[in-house]
Amino acid sequence: MFEASDALLLARIQFAFTVSFHFIFPAFSIGLASYLAVLEGLWLKTGRQVYLDLFKYWLKIFAMAFAMGVVSGIVMSYQFGTNWSVFSDKAGPVIGPLMAYEVLTAFFLEAGFLGVMLFGMNKVGKKLHFFATLMVAGGTFVSAFWILSVNSWMQTPTGFEMGANGQFLPGESWFDIVFNPSFPYRLVHTVIAAYLTTAFVVGGVGAWHLLKDKTNQHARKMFSMAMWMAALVAPVQIFAGDMHGLNTLEHQPQKVMAMEGHYESHPDGAPFYLFGIPNDETQTLDYAVGIPKLSSLILKHDLNAPLAGLDTIPDDEQPPVFMVFWAFRIMVAIGVGMMLLGFWSLFARWRGTLYEWPLLHRAAIVMGPTGFVAVIAGWITTEVGRQPYTVYGLLRTAQSASPLDAPAVAASLLAFVLVYFAVFGAGVWYILKLMQKPPHKGEKGVKSTAKGPVRTAGITPGPSQNPNDPTALPQDHEEATDGR
Amino acid sequence: MAVNVDLTTVWAFIIAFGVFAYVVMDGFDLGIGVLFPTFEPGPERDRAMNSIAPVWDGNETWLVLGGGGLFAAFPLAYAVILPATYPLIIAMLLGLVFRGVAFEYRWRDPGHRAFWDRAFTGGSLVAAMSQGMILGAILQGIKVVDRSYAGSWFDWFTPYTLLTGLGVVAGYALLGSTWLIWKLDGPAQAHARKLAIAAGAATLILMAGVSLYNVALNAEYAEKWLTAPEIYYAAPVPILTTIVAISLLRAILKARNSKPFWLSIALFFFGMAGLGFTIWPNVVPPGITIWDAAAPERSQIFMLVGVAITMPLIIAYTGWAYWVFRGKVGDEGYH
Repeated sequence: MFEASDALLLARIQFAFTVSFHFIFPAFSIGLASYLAVLEGLWLKTGRQVYLDLFKYWLKIFAMAFAMGVVSGIVMSYQFGTNWSVFSDKAGPVIGPLMAYEVLTAFFLEAGFLGVMLFGMNKVGKKLHFFATLMVAGGTFVSAFWILSVNSWMQTPTGFEMGANGQFLPGESWFDIVFNPSFPYRLVHTVIAAYLTTAFVVGGVGAWHLLKDKTNQHARKMFSMAMWMAALVAPVQIFAGDMHGLNTLEHQPQKVMAMEGHYESHPDGAPFYLFGIPNDETQTLDYAVGIPKLSSLILKHDLNAPLAGLDTIPDDEQPPVFMVFWAFRIMVAIGVGMMLLGFWSLFARWRGTLYEWPLLHRAAIVMGPTGFVAVIAGWITTEVGRQPYTVYGLLRTAQSASPLDAPAVAASLLAFVLVYFAVFGAGVWYILKLMQKPPHKGEKGVKSTAKGPVRTAGITPGPSQNPNDPTALPQDHEEATDGR
Repeated sequence: MAVNVDLTTVWAFIIAFGVFAYVVMDGFDLGIGVLFPTFEPGPERDRAMNSIAPVWDGNETWLVLGGGGLFAAFPLAYAVILPATYPLIIAMLLGLVFRGVAFEYRWRDPGHRAFWDRAFTGGSLVAAMSQGMILGAILQGIKVVDRSYAGSWFDWFTPYTLLTGLGVVAGYALLGSTWLIWKLDGPAQAHARKLAIAAGAATLILMAGVSLYNVALNAEYAEKWLTAPEIYYAAPVPILTTIVAISLLRAILKARNSKPFWLSIALFFFGMAGLGFTIWPNVVPPGITIWDAAAPERSQIFMLVGVAITMPLIIAYTGWAYWVFRGKVGDEGYH
């Protein structure tokens, strides 16, 4: 019923599924942790209540996203061994230490200070609490640093030696391994992506509440802050992405060929295809619509520069083009959309209608979740684009998998799919519920001020609710207490 | 080579320390999950949950250190053990997913709180049982050919692994109940005390069972425990374990506050020391020693620098976080 190639494909699907699901949460929590640090810092500096309210509003959402990130992340740390044990054995001496550093310098830092950040405001004082928030925010960044170094080493491996037993062994300098050629670009591009993703979520939530009540000071503040990020950072991101692309062209030309849909070589100026259906069988881009010579201009800064195509690459070293081609276009389209919304908000600011332009707010709501789509599309571009290798050019994906039978991988994949959609579906639903409530003055944190004990996310005084009434949602109670 | 031998030994102890820290710290919060249904819905359950809410995330990080550290320091062991115990690992991870999100979800959705409470218990139980069975699967030996797992799907499923699985569940329940003795008061504390006696008895019986089974499992283990000169190193372990066990039961019965928890940790320490002595110097019995599986010296040194710098800091700020939330749950400081 199953063949060996099925087990490999299923293992790849499982990794893609678990890592894509996982990355949604850190993409949000990296940005949100920094946003929370900014809000708390502004509150300490200015003493203005609005910043504290927003801090507490987003802290509840952060607690949810962080919990989901933690549990889906633990799965990732074991996926390498369960499904990719041969890769783990071979690459472990090089990337294992980097991942150990991630745990030691980032995960413990985040987890150690998270409890104080969530529950400790009244126990440790403002300044120490702010310090805890900074440590959590710093931890998310350090985590990104190490794991992106690992990923980048797999894309552009440097600084290693080959052992007699087929293992990749560290060379003279760890610096060459950690700071491999694609790492600085990937780090910058990914971290900015996380900031933008968060900014658009914050902006979307702000816009939603502005549509309902344009005088809501809290909604105004968060919308304004988010739109500054959109206007200033989205263009920076497009520039960073371009630099990352040039770096990829240098080290992984096949990936760029797939992104561009260039099956054929272009000796005097390559077109940039806006549309097309890549066909790996015939090695052609069907129904192609392109702008002549634009690709050469972008990649070589010269209209007539020659660009090699996939016809120069043996078939068994080519990535599958369709996914790379389209994932890349989706990412770029969203990036451009983000920048345009940012510029629109600048225009609205200049006109003095930032808070009174429903069409702008509707657009911001539509753009709200697109950061996640762009982030996943970007990862699909880079990960599918580096196929058929796990360690680029050196270790093939087909030679990396665990000696598992297909039914075992299929069963676990099914279990992950069912559990993830159920559990994280519920979590996203709860987050949306929190976002639906308007931020308001005297926002409660994750710590209950009622007689109940502390709780992770306890603005809901649980015991005071009727547990038999499923319609007794948290906001009902909160609205009732607002009037006090 | 001489330097490498020392480093590998150092790393074996670092990983053992990480595993011990994990087992003790996540052990008590998993144990609370296992015992959760025996507490009354309402304030009792809320307090039990809140006694671990600020720290569970940090506790679970030690599991990532265990997995990540094994990957980094003993990549071959990681690459063999995980495929060999594949269904257990997946079950453990999914169990941890359910119980981890339950911390948040039960507050967010009072209408389904009963469901998330069950998810908290079920997830904790599955994770604890899986961890115990993984331990057993390693101890009983793993078939390896050419640096790869060569057994079948269900090699891990034996009476022995069931015994170790139950042993770990009981041990975690003991840690959880003694933690609750420390953190709760009133009727809930009295309830925790009863649970601790039952869990303590179960733990001791299962520990004895596993020990006897170990000796019967293979000749090499038996030789270690029962013949000279090894027996002189081995003998203190059961003797000290017995002393700790008696002190533990006395402490519970005398209604001590934090002492039962510390003695439960000591019990785990001697249990682990015994198991470590049993498999030493293998990391994957019967054939893979720590030196076979060790990462190259450069990797070991690079990571050792990191551990030497960060571990004291980690212990310091983790200790601080526990200190911030010290005292009984529901005491004045919590509001």
